[in-house]
Amino acid sequence: MIEFIKHPWAWYVAGPLIGLTVPALLIVGNKSFGISSSLRHLCAMCIPSNIPFFKYDWKKEMWNLFFVFGIFLGGAIAVNLLGNPNPVEVNPKLATELTGYGITHYNNLVPEDIFNWHSLLTLKGFIFMIIGGFLVGFGTRYAGGCTSGHAIMGLSNLQLPSLIATICFMVGGFIMANFILPLILSL
Amino acid sequence: MQNRSNTERELKPFESDKICVNKSPLQQNWRHNLKYLIIGIFFGIIFVKSEVVSWFRIQEMFRLQSFHMYGIIGSAILVGMVSIWLIKKFNIRTISGEPITIAPKTFNKGQIYGGLIFGFGWAITGACPGPLFAQIGAGATVISVTLLSAIAGTWVYGHFRDKLPH
Repeated sequence: MIEFIKHPWAWYVAGPLIGLTVPALLIVGNKSFGISSSLRHLCAMCIPSNIPFFKYDWKKEMWNLFFVFGIFLGGAIAVNLLGNPNPVEVNPKLATELTGYGITHYNNLVPEDIFNWHSLLTLKGFIFMIIGGFLVGFGTRYAGGCTSGHAIMGLSNLQLPSLIATICFMVGGFIMANFILPLILSL
Repeated sequence: MQNRSNTERELKPFESDKICVNKSPLQQNWRHNLKYLIIGIFFGIIFVKSEVVSWFRIQEMFRLQSFHMYGIIGSAILVGMVSIWLIKKFNIRTISGEPITIAPKTFNKGQIYGGLIFGFGWAITGACPGPLFAQIGAGATVISVTLLSAIAGTWVYGHFRDKLPH
């Protein structure tokens, strides 16, 4: 059993389990699944700066911060106790492409050749970690949700705006990964 | 009080703000939040074990080189859809007896502009907000900088919100 858990989980195991988060949160406390809101609550909590968008009773949304702290702990448990000792197996075409950019380490969730403390101050590292993070935080709030709030929760509830948002997430990702990222990786 | 009604009026046009109008009269002890912590832990474990939080899997997805991510997102939506349908059909209530309500989303152009911007960020960082937390937990400590930057992005959006097209 533990051997089975240690292997990477197939999509048809993980996908339905992720989907079950939707009814779990609704039944436990009438909460709509959504993660990017936690970033907003953190702003409201720490740096509201009199901005109307951050002036609300964030204490009522504390559940969301407990939820994301749980995700953090879950990540730690999965890697330390249930970790897969082997590097992630990627499509050979991707591996060939990435080798060309000097990415050869597949042991971590992120390529440590780029995502490390030393490269933070290089142009490449700055774009990947700081600009990338900024776009995630800015874009999700502008769109009113992320993959969880729009793609999973919104589509589960048959919301057209969520379908539009999800299509735009994918279009943006396609453009970046196929046309812009190769230029950044070559830096 | 005056202040509060002002805030609510200004926020009205944007449906994405539904979130800050938590109307539940239920006053619960903070310990109730532990339930969400536990759901979050399970969720974080699934995230890591299914490699959804792997930068490499996201690159494969956007290059159409693997079915993995599409299978996960697709089956998650399917299970979510059936669950919500069942909840509505049988009027299932929460464990504390409240009726379950889900705020509808209304369209604004932010879903297009913001959606594209988030898509760019998703492909660069290989993470949406949830995976950022899991990656840090999994030991990629430098991602805490990415998370702080994402919080800054959210703040900047809040600051310039009135000037952005919606």
